[in-house]
Amino acid sequence: MHELAIATEIAGAVCAKAAGRPVRRVTVRVGALTAVVPEAMRFCFTLAVEGTVADGADLEIEHRPGAGHCGSCGNDVILPDLILLCPCGSADVTVTSGRELQIVSMEVD
Amino acid sequence: MCGTCGCDDKPEVITLERKVLAHNDETARANRERLAARGVLAVNLMSSPGSGKTTLLERTIRDLGPDRPVAVVEGDQQTPLDAERIRRTGCPVVQINTGAGCHLDAEMLGAALDRLAPAAGSLLFVENVGNLICPALFDLGERDRVVILSVTEGADKPLKYPHAFAVAGLVVINKVDLLPYVEFDVAECRRHVSAVNPRAAVVEVSATRGDNLPAWYDWLHQLRAGSAGRDHTS
Repeated sequence: MHELAIATEIAGAVCAKAAGRPVRRVTVRVGALTAVVPEAMRFCFTLAVEGTVADGADLEIEHRPGAGHCGSCGNDVILPDLILLCPCGSADVTVTSGRELQIVSMEVD
Repeated sequence: MCGTCGCDDKPEVITLERKVLAHNDETARANRERLAARGVLAVNLMSSPGSGKTTLLERTIRDLGPDRPVAVVEGDQQTPLDAERIRRTGCPVVQINTGAGCHLDAEMLGAALDRLAPAAGSLLFVENVGNLICPALFDLGERDRVVILSVTEGADKPLKYPHAFAVAGLVVINKVDLLPYVEFDVAECRRHVSAVNPRAAVVEVSATRGDNLPAWYDWLHQLRAGSAGRDHTS
């Protein structure tokens, strides 16, 4: 359940930045290739912000698909999972998107 | 703020654009610098429960201990049992019990280093909590990560738990002495490791019987020499 640790990090960063102002909404970016389950993170976020200035804030999740670049054929490939295999048969694939795990912004009153 | 009456109607958007794990990553960087300053080579060991991590460590300490200082940080949800096993080898060890936590993080390792104070030039093994999911996300400040997988588990484990395998510099296939009794296709397992991490080295060992352990020790020597593994700075 690493989502709780992640949600706690988000809550801590957001509350520090809010400096006492109530937080209405927090936007995070989560790549498809991270080991983060959005539903679990949403649940944990609700717990992590309880009793803070972000209590009750909405968590908006921007999803980023997995994508890579093949060093053999030069094509960009869609990566539905962490199996780094290009349709051309090469495993020389560099991940270009999908590993994001970022706090984007927040809305405060 | 509302321009008509001055009420705080519209929320203000504040941009953060920072990594969620920025704090952990900064702490890991500090750990890494601290270890490098003492010439300590730290390796983060990850696996499912029961893969033989502690047995591999006991054997490694016995084999390498006479030539160089070895120290261990043990991570488990509960009990000091693993630390007691390591302590019996004569090796300095600190146990971290994470309680409800499912992984070690950089702050926990930092606190363990305060207590352990590994000798200059030592080899430090950090035995992560037995779990192939959560530990993969948390950089501790180690030089490299090792995943241990035993032949009593499925050969398809790298595909089922790709995150841990994707961040490993080495995959150790343990308990090969049991291969005659179990259906485990080593070649298939190696193919699956390559599919999620083409750069990972793979060694097949038996920690109890001692099969092929020099390959594991060679990898550690190469890591110290800088010709194996990779730093995890992100």
